[in-house]
Amino acid sequence: MNEQASIWLPEPASTVAGDVDALFYFILIVSTILFVGVMGAMVAFAWRYRRRSENDRPEPVRENKLVEASWIAIPSILVAIVFIWGFRVFLELGIAPPNAYEINVTARKWSWSFAYPNGAVSTDLHVPVNRPVKLRMSSEDVVHSFFVPAFRVKADVLQGRYSYVWFEATKRDTFNVVCAEYCGTAHSDMYASVVVQSQDDFENWLAENMDDGSLTPAQRGERIYQQQGCFACHSLDGTTSAGPTFLGLVGSTRNFTDGTNAVADDNYIRTAIVNPAQEIVEGFLPVMPGQYATTLSAEDIDALVAFIQEQ
Amino acid sequence: MSEASHNYLSAKKGLWSWLATTDHKRIGIMYAIACGTFFLLGGILATFVRTELGTPGETILDQDGYNQIFTLHGVVMVFLVIIPAIPGILGNFVLPIQIGAKDVAFPRLNLASWYLFMAGALMAVFGWLFVGNVDTGWTFYTPYSSGASNAVLWLTSAVFVAGFASIFTGLNFIVTVHKMRAPGMTWNRLPLFVWAIYATGIVQVLATPVIGITMVLLFLEKLMQIGIFDPALGGDPVLFQHFFWFYSHPAVYIMILPAMGIISDLMGTFSRQQVSGYTFIALSSVAIAFLGFLVWGHHMFVSGQSALSSIIFSMLTFLIGIPTGIKVFNWVATMYKGSVWLRTPMIYALMFLFLFTIGGLTGIMVGVLAVDVHLHDTYFVVAHFHYVMMGGALIGLIGGLHYWWPKMTGRMYNETAGIIAAVLIFIGFNLTFFTQFFLGSRGMPRRYHDYTELLENFPEFAALNMASTIGSYILGIGLLMILVYALYSLFKGPKAPANPWGACTLEWTHTGPLPDEHNFHETPLVTRGPYDFHLADDVFGPKEEN
Repeated sequence: MNEQASIWLPEPASTVAGDVDALFYFILIVSTILFVGVMGAMVAFAWRYRRRSENDRPEPVRENKLVEASWIAIPSILVAIVFIWGFRVFLELGIAPPNAYEINVTARKWSWSFAYPNGAVSTDLHVPVNRPVKLRMSSEDVVHSFFVPAFRVKADVLQGRYSYVWFEATKRDTFNVVCAEYCGTAHSDMYASVVVQSQDDFENWLAENMDDGSLTPAQRGERIYQQQGCFACHSLDGTTSAGPTFLGLVGSTRNFTDGTNAVADDNYIRTAIVNPAQEIVEGFLPVMPGQYATTLSAEDIDALVAFIQEQ
Repeated sequence: MSEASHNYLSAKKGLWSWLATTDHKRIGIMYAIACGTFFLLGGILATFVRTELGTPGETILDQDGYNQIFTLHGVVMVFLVIIPAIPGILGNFVLPIQIGAKDVAFPRLNLASWYLFMAGALMAVFGWLFVGNVDTGWTFYTPYSSGASNAVLWLTSAVFVAGFASIFTGLNFIVTVHKMRAPGMTWNRLPLFVWAIYATGIVQVLATPVIGITMVLLFLEKLMQIGIFDPALGGDPVLFQHFFWFYSHPAVYIMILPAMGIISDLMGTFSRQQVSGYTFIALSSVAIAFLGFLVWGHHMFVSGQSALSSIIFSMLTFLIGIPTGIKVFNWVATMYKGSVWLRTPMIYALMFLFLFTIGGLTGIMVGVLAVDVHLHDTYFVVAHFHYVMMGGALIGLIGGLHYWWPKMTGRMYNETAGIIAAVLIFIGFNLTFFTQFFLGSRGMPRRYHDYTELLENFPEFAALNMASTIGSYILGIGLLMILVYALYSLFKGPKAPANPWGACTLEWTHTGPLPDEHNFHETPLVTRGPYDFHLADDVFGPKEEN
């Protein structure tokens, strides 16, 4: 039963998911029995003891100590069981095996980035199947929450401290990563995928994505565009979201909210990256973070400008 | 002056006689008008939220608009409706009469609480209309709220001010119950509604200052850049969550305990039977009020608080769960060998038992550590707290309003219309929120503007969301129907008798159809318990010998 999807839970795809599901279904079944019992008694009493006459004056019922003791004892025993069971699975969820493969995760409004031990960085999480993986996570801004429904794992991601989740994926497939802690405008667009691969496919993917210094500036810029999550607000295909698209940006005339305008050239793009609040294009809000002047190197910014020029 | 026209409504006339009144009954009515208006506003906002989510993609609101609307829905419903409504409306109107007092202990403080509440409410609405929109959610989590526009400070100030209204109300009821009971009204003859409002008062007085302090700290941080919660300034964002839930979890009991009190009175009166486990229900209200301060961390199992804290909070949570479960058993047992009269208030009491039991059992689900990790911040939680807050607190309030309506207005409402509306509400509510359990446990996070990209892996989200939205419309129609027949009853309804339900508490047995300005001509002498129907020859006449 626990290896299947149901109307209640999606298909389990990690080693801990089955244990979480077993406990979920146990509580569900016990709750259903209790609920049906209580509602059954309610309906039965309401019918059996319905009012027959306006002058009904039933005698008080003597309290039955045995019944009362049972309805104190039974719930107490049941919650003791689910507490202890929940506690044990919680420890399982909380303690990563010592040999777990470690990946660093950065969350920001409104994208994820995943950094691997060999220097590769991606916007979708790639993990090997049947191997424990431990994520060390932090946020660049507000609180986010890393949640993979198929793995039954979740942890808030905070600025200025690390939080962790671990899991061992059991199925080669692609699953959703969603942000579970409300984080503003595009909270519901803060998606990534978990791509679970065989060990060989994973190794190949890692090698392909390693930064070996051979990239052109525009290729490097594309990588930064992905890693920094620029794509969450700036599309490459002309669609508008929280920020303007990069498609056809260079050379176009930009109208600003203060009534002025300018033609987008290298310097305009550079300024827009390092000091985004200086000029706001009409139809947009000043929501872009101002940290890139300090978090990106001069080479990174040059590379991004080169990449945007090509769009 | 004829007997019928001499009552609390006819004693004085004019707008000023209301705005300057210190009569607890009139203040209750003023709370009813205010909370009813905010409930309508919060309900309209809810239909916007559900309409947006009914179909994938952008339907009627863009992302920011949606975030602002659900924030306002939460703030209005929590701070302007559920927290103040039952103590403010029914506590004020009913409690002093139920214990045989002429008014509350501090009538002017009582009026001040209404003005503070209105000041807070108007600040919230004024801020929304003229200062700017807030999109932080009703929880105001830092550092998101630290970086949000200063309009958030308007809203938190509103919460701060309205909080004092809540403290005043709670303090007033505690003193009133201690000092103003009529002769013979011993503690074990108090109606269970009084016990519940008394326990609520303790929580209001002890917990509300904490949200006030938290809002002041948020102010200091935003205006003076003092690092308290914002990590960019050296603060701790999780500290805010601790402070916030240290108030807001006890606040859950501010919301639900009064409703439990109403249900106890309804189950007794409409079963014409002593409420089973009277002493247990009375004392467990007070016990829950205190234990409620020790479980805030169960909102934070995945927040990064220590694992040991989470384990302790989970255990304490179940300690509250057990007495709550026993209360449900007691309410059902009250009907045993009773005389069950299915009038509209009783329909709502039974509906409460149905919905609140689901809310409670799913509360066990999210209280279990490992399961909560999966369910936290999903629609499962949204469904759970709507079952408790709306299915519990608000259904209790609606039941109570139907029960005391004849005493408040002197008129009856149409019973058939009442039952039809109750059925619509029951169907609409379950369609709206039961579907959300499936959405949540399958992985849809809360506060989501759109779920298009999840449809590839979770195609059923489209149908479930559509069903939930249709349910919300049915629910809305049911609630509007109450508004219509209530207004009709107010002007055209048949005159109510003094005790239409055959109840045995003082507000029914010792006042006319509408109570007098000072409730009683003579201080009542209480000689029996609130549910001693078998002794109530004064209500039913001498007992027939069978």
